[in-house]
Amino acid sequence: MRKIIEASTAAAIGVKLSRPQVIPMYPITPQTHIVERLAEFINDGELDADMIHVESEHSAISAAIGSQATGVRTFTATASQGLALMHEILHIVSGMRLPVVMEVANRALSAPISIWNDHQDSISARDTGWIQLYVESAQEALDTVIQAFKIAEDKNVLLPAMVCLDGFTLTHVFEPVDVPSQVNVDKFLPKYKPAFCLDTKKPITMGPIAYPNSFMEFKGAEHLAMKNALKVIKETNTQFKNQFGRGYGDGLIETYRLKDAKYAVVCMGTIVGTSRVVVDKLRKQGKKVGLIKLKSFRPFPIEEILKVTKGLKAIAVADRNISLGQEGALFSEIRSALYGKSKTIVSGFIAGLGGRDVKEETIEKMFDKINNGGTIWLK
Amino acid sequence: MILGLSEEELLEFGHNACAGCGEALAARYVMKAAGKNTIVVNATGCLEVFSTPYPQTAWKVPWIHGAFENASAIASGVDIALEKLGKRKNVNVLAFGGDGSTFDIGFQALSGMAERGHNVCYVCYDNEAYMNTGIQRSGATPKYAATTTSPAGKKVPGKTEYAKPMPFIMASHGIYVATASIAYPQDLTRKVKKALSIDGPSYIQIFNSCPLGWKHKFNLGIKIAELAYKTNIFPLYEIEKGIVTISKKPVQKTPILEYLKLQGRFKHLGEKEIKEVQESVDAKWEKLLKLEETKMGF
Repeated sequence: MRKIIEASTAAAIGVKLSRPQVIPMYPITPQTHIVERLAEFINDGELDADMIHVESEHSAISAAIGSQATGVRTFTATASQGLALMHEILHIVSGMRLPVVMEVANRALSAPISIWNDHQDSISARDTGWIQLYVESAQEALDTVIQAFKIAEDKNVLLPAMVCLDGFTLTHVFEPVDVPSQVNVDKFLPKYKPAFCLDTKKPITMGPIAYPNSFMEFKGAEHLAMKNALKVIKETNTQFKNQFGRGYGDGLIETYRLKDAKYAVVCMGTIVGTSRVVVDKLRKQGKKVGLIKLKSFRPFPIEEILKVTKGLKAIAVADRNISLGQEGALFSEIRSALYGKSKTIVSGFIAGLGGRDVKEETIEKMFDKINNGGTIWLK
Repeated sequence: MILGLSEEELLEFGHNACAGCGEALAARYVMKAAGKNTIVVNATGCLEVFSTPYPQTAWKVPWIHGAFENASAIASGVDIALEKLGKRKNVNVLAFGGDGSTFDIGFQALSGMAERGHNVCYVCYDNEAYMNTGIQRSGATPKYAATTTSPAGKKVPGKTEYAKPMPFIMASHGIYVATASIAYPQDLTRKVKKALSIDGPSYIQIFNSCPLGWKHKFNLGIKIAELAYKTNIFPLYEIEKGIVTISKKPVQKTPILEYLKLQGRFKHLGEKEIKEVQESVDAKWEKLLKLEETKMGF
């Protein structure tokens, strides 16, 4: 069924269709519309879940540990300061191999305080052992959360997953969305069966102390699981495409008009939509340009990036984040992926921090300066 | 059954606690009272460290540890998940924390859990300082006690503040509250059973000394717990629906000096400080008696 709805509603419908039973949550702008819709679904009897109205994001993610560990599919959502407050516990969720799914309405981090969009919050959580999937549209937000549960719960993965959607520029925007039926989603994402859980009939100890003789093995296993996720994300995307008729590239990355391109922009989130328009515009002028949309930031698709950038003269990497004193995170990652294996020039662009508009002109400037090879701030 | 306590050990022997550890004994009693249909959520601290050196575990019940400050929040999640699974009626949920975890870093989560009314019994193993990190001052450390961060110096004689009145603070949430001691196991287990029989949150604070932190002889833990009760520095009481009931009253009050002199953490105290501690203990005891007598609710 096709409807015109807010992306937050689409994101919430995706959650509802995935049937989580526990939703610990704490409000923060611009995530609130998502949890408000979920509260309505619960109170209208459309979703059989309990919302735990915790007293902080730290407790939201902690309560999520408790419910997921007890054997129940669990969802939460946050943004910005909330994600930063969760930071300590994010590592614990992944370390305990609990497939919690969370939507992050991307927002800048204080100070100065800003409620508007950039990716500093989730990029700062890069090394927490969570899968990170960035979406471009309301439809993709809905579809990706359903996929995120399936990916996270896969027995070869068992890691938590974040679905990142741009605060305001996506969360508060109305778009046409095709809402899949519950029957079809149930076929795609069956009832949750935990790999292990707290059960008085079969007692286990979760979260013990690891001495130096075992700690690295735990981290090694997690790293392997994250690498396994590369394959599982692709397979899940294919399966989704077969069932619902929609897919997002190979699940990890998506390309646009890249086939005969000499130059391309690489970006995540809503900048992708603007970049599509710019690519079309420049193509009309006869310029051989294309677009690489990175959906999976963690795990990072090194092989796929190498493959699609092969033969490109230069790429412009757009970062809505900044590692102060260095450069944008995506720029670093792309350069590291290509190092020693590619002659493509990689240029970095810092744009759209704290909600600054990234306009068509901003993307055009990136193409103009695509051969610079360093980092440029586009204000 | 020995003294009315189950002989089954759900916190098994062979763990790594120090000789004379009061917390290990307290947790053993709590588990005897709770029985095996129990899920334990443990905050970071000695108990978690000494009982679960991977790949070993001393726990014979499902047990989970997340972080220092979030046992109450994890337990909230366990509570609601059990509800959704239809298992809530048959399973107890216990949350364990030391005094640092309870009084200080985990206080917000604990208050939130109590306010939301989760069916969780929170047990605070109170040894009056951060023992796991090496005896640092906490919000539960008594005035004048020497710790590594409140040392007995030439100018400042140990900690300069009194402990936070945690049982009263928790009672103000309108929940069942009890204090207990390792010197009185039957009283302790009765209170745990009562807390678990209540459909809602409860808070139990157990007095258990740390021989290393308090600098007392390893065989004196029970003696000191007994003196804590007899001197009224750690009274045993319950607060139910806001009403205080003192569990038992010492027939004859023992001077506080008898309690203080067995512990190295108080050895620097002079007459003036001892007198002040005595007066404070007396005033708090009088207040407790009055609360009981007048049935003034929290």
